[in-house]
Amino acid sequence: MSWMEQLDTRSCVLLRLGERRFALAAELVGELAAPSRVFRFAHRTPEIDGVILRRGRVVPVCDIAEKLTGKKLAQRRFYLIATRGKGKSVDWVALPVSGECELIRADLTPAGESDSPHVAGWLSHGGEVIEVLNLDALTPGSEPAPSRLSPEVSPEVRA
Amino acid sequence: MQLPAPHKSHPVRAEQIILFRASSQVFAVSSSSVQEVRSVDSLAGAAVEINEPSIPKVRHAIRRGDRNQYVVSAAMHFDLRPSPAALIFMLRKPRVALLVDGIEKMTSMTRLQALPGAFCYEERVWYRGLTVLDQNVIPVVSPAGFLTPAEISLLDAVTGSQALSEVTGAANSGLSL
Repeated sequence: MSWMEQLDTRSCVLLRLGERRFALAAELVGELAAPSRVFRFAHRTPEIDGVILRRGRVVPVCDIAEKLTGKKLAQRRFYLIATRGKGKSVDWVALPVSGECELIRADLTPAGESDSPHVAGWLSHGGEVIEVLNLDALTPGSEPAPSRLSPEVSPEVRA
Repeated sequence: MQLPAPHKSHPVRAEQIILFRASSQVFAVSSSSVQEVRSVDSLAGAAVEINEPSIPKVRHAIRRGDRNQYVVSAAMHFDLRPSPAALIFMLRKPRVALLVDGIEKMTSMTRLQALPGAFCYEERVWYRGLTVLDQNVIPVVSPAGFLTPAEISLLDAVTGSQALSEVTGAANSGLSL
């Protein structure tokens, strides 16, 4: 049973993207990091801006604001570093956010059939109904990729 | 949830790498996969021109023994702005010679991190992974990612037919004499 199917009070992290607020299950959140240098190299995944280094780990930066609000973030105040995927394929992504994040406990309502795939559920907080995000649907690479995929690579290859 | 640090590294064998530039971006390639480094000038006259519209990154082939080695423009392969190439890396496998702007330095890496799963297009074929050197993230190229076996077969066919037409042309000109 996933955390959303349990339908009870859960810890969530509220994040701000421009004028709107969204939520992410707290158990998926690693940390909130100050903006750091983004390393860019040639690639063809348009949703990925580059990578940052956190504790020796390379973390891809994925700006989800455009998909959710229709606009790129004008100002990146922090990176919310979160996990996505399941089992062995869990990996980290850095989500640029435009304001402080807040840890709350709230009653969650699971997403309905008519909701977009990126909606994992809903919560009500401070008189506002807020989407709880499904990062697997929002970030690239969760589905099998198109043509010319290389053979499976182990999570960490040592030279 | 605490962001875990990557696994502690055990003592590992360092891998020698060459850092090279292509259109102002830096990449790494394993030294062991480079057989020879030549200047572009040294190949003048030795390279055969190729015009295969479906593979625009290959414009020349070099005859090595009884096989062709295909010259791939690194800038075009990585969709970068064209830049004046100065060096050619003759790779051991596959039959690729890589056209690059220059060598940044030779160094070694002790750790190669897999490309994060969020990268999900051709870059998964282009790179073996990423390495961190002097607080910089450098993509480590995969020699096998420059041309697919199908592309090599196509180029073999193109150069084969070119050679045949040259022979035929020479024979015809001989007959006309």
